[in-house]
Amino acid sequence: MKQKKKLGFICFLIVLLGLAAAFVLYALKKNINLYYTPTQAVAEKLAATQKLRLGGFVAENSLDIDSQTLQVNFVITDYKTQIPVHYQGELPNLFREKQGVVVTGHLNANGSFEATEILAKHDEKYMPKPVRELLAEQGVLNAR
Amino acid sequence: MQRLTRYFLVPQQCYRFITDWSPWLTGAFLLTLGYGLIAGLCFAPADYQQGDGFRIIYVHVPSALLAMGIYTIMTTTALISLVFRIKLATLVMQISAPIGASFTFLALITGSLWGKPMWGTWWIWDARLTSVLILFFLYLAFIAVRAAISDPWARDRIAAWMAIIGFINIPIIHYSVLWWNTLHQGATLTVFNPSIAPSMLYPLLSMIIAFALFYLILLCQRLCADILYQERKAAWVQEILHELT
Repeated sequence: MKQKKKLGFICFLIVLLGLAAAFVLYALKKNINLYYTPTQAVAEKLAATQKLRLGGFVAENSLDIDSQTLQVNFVITDYKTQIPVHYQGELPNLFREKQGVVVTGHLNANGSFEATEILAKHDEKYMPKPVRELLAEQGVLNAR
Repeated sequence: MQRLTRYFLVPQQCYRFITDWSPWLTGAFLLTLGYGLIAGLCFAPADYQQGDGFRIIYVHVPSALLAMGIYTIMTTTALISLVFRIKLATLVMQISAPIGASFTFLALITGSLWGKPMWGTWWIWDARLTSVLILFFLYLAFIAVRAAISDPWARDRIAAWMAIIGFINIPIIHYSVLWWNTLHQGATLTVFNPSIAPSMLYPLLSMIIAFALFYLILLCQRLCADILYQERKAAWVQEILHELT
């Protein structure tokens, strides 16, 4: 009986603790999120100088790299809102059109984004090259 | 039930049980590790976008799974040791901590090594990476607290409470990639629909089993040593020592 009571007490404490943690994490949701999507960034009406991260995809046919000056221009999109991005510097291996990216920088007054760092996001899919090509041929894979 | 209690509550039976089964454990470990390593590193095809760099998954994913799995075992044994006062549960809890910490460290390091070429950064404070780092600190705190308290009874109770409270972090790690937007990708391994080609998946599953067996082997070795030490004055231990010398 004593053991049962003790077990009940511990379980009750765990539930209480879980609830507390859930409330804290929910309250901090904005701070825990790594980036704004372009739609969120526009809706937030952020100050032009505020440093932020934008997460989305590199829009198709928007990527323009000047290999001489390392100037990079592309459009980041969440397929609802598009924001033009300018960046100068090195790019990670996985950076290309239609790839998920997270860019750090600030918004300009004209609505474009000046990036200081670009990170490529990798998705959870793993497949060998021949399979990927076969799937692409059959049109099973969409834009991604 | 009686047989179970006999095996796990009587130290001598527990010791016998472990020594009888440990060759099988070692054999299974070598088999799964051998297949996983050779098939994963030599025969699995390269990934279409990461090339050969994806092969770090064969160490990273098993380590990360074990890091969380071992903590779950620690919490379970902490609960058992608090409620039922079973010595074996306390032993398993304390032995698991440094092993779990090592796997967490391995997961953090392999992730970082992969992150630099693929993402473009060694580290980022996103929800997944941060919560796993917290898990690492929880393990270290558990070990430190145990080392700091000299009274065995108080030490085991406080450590058990710490393990239970820290468990709140485990679901946070698991769901971090769903609840918040992170740089870390979502789960590749899911029960019904893993998003990885079979030729890459089977070595991975084999490596996960191998890592789990490795944990079991370490756990059993430490358990045997602890049982022998605790029972060092008992006749059956004296007998074993006599046989050895």
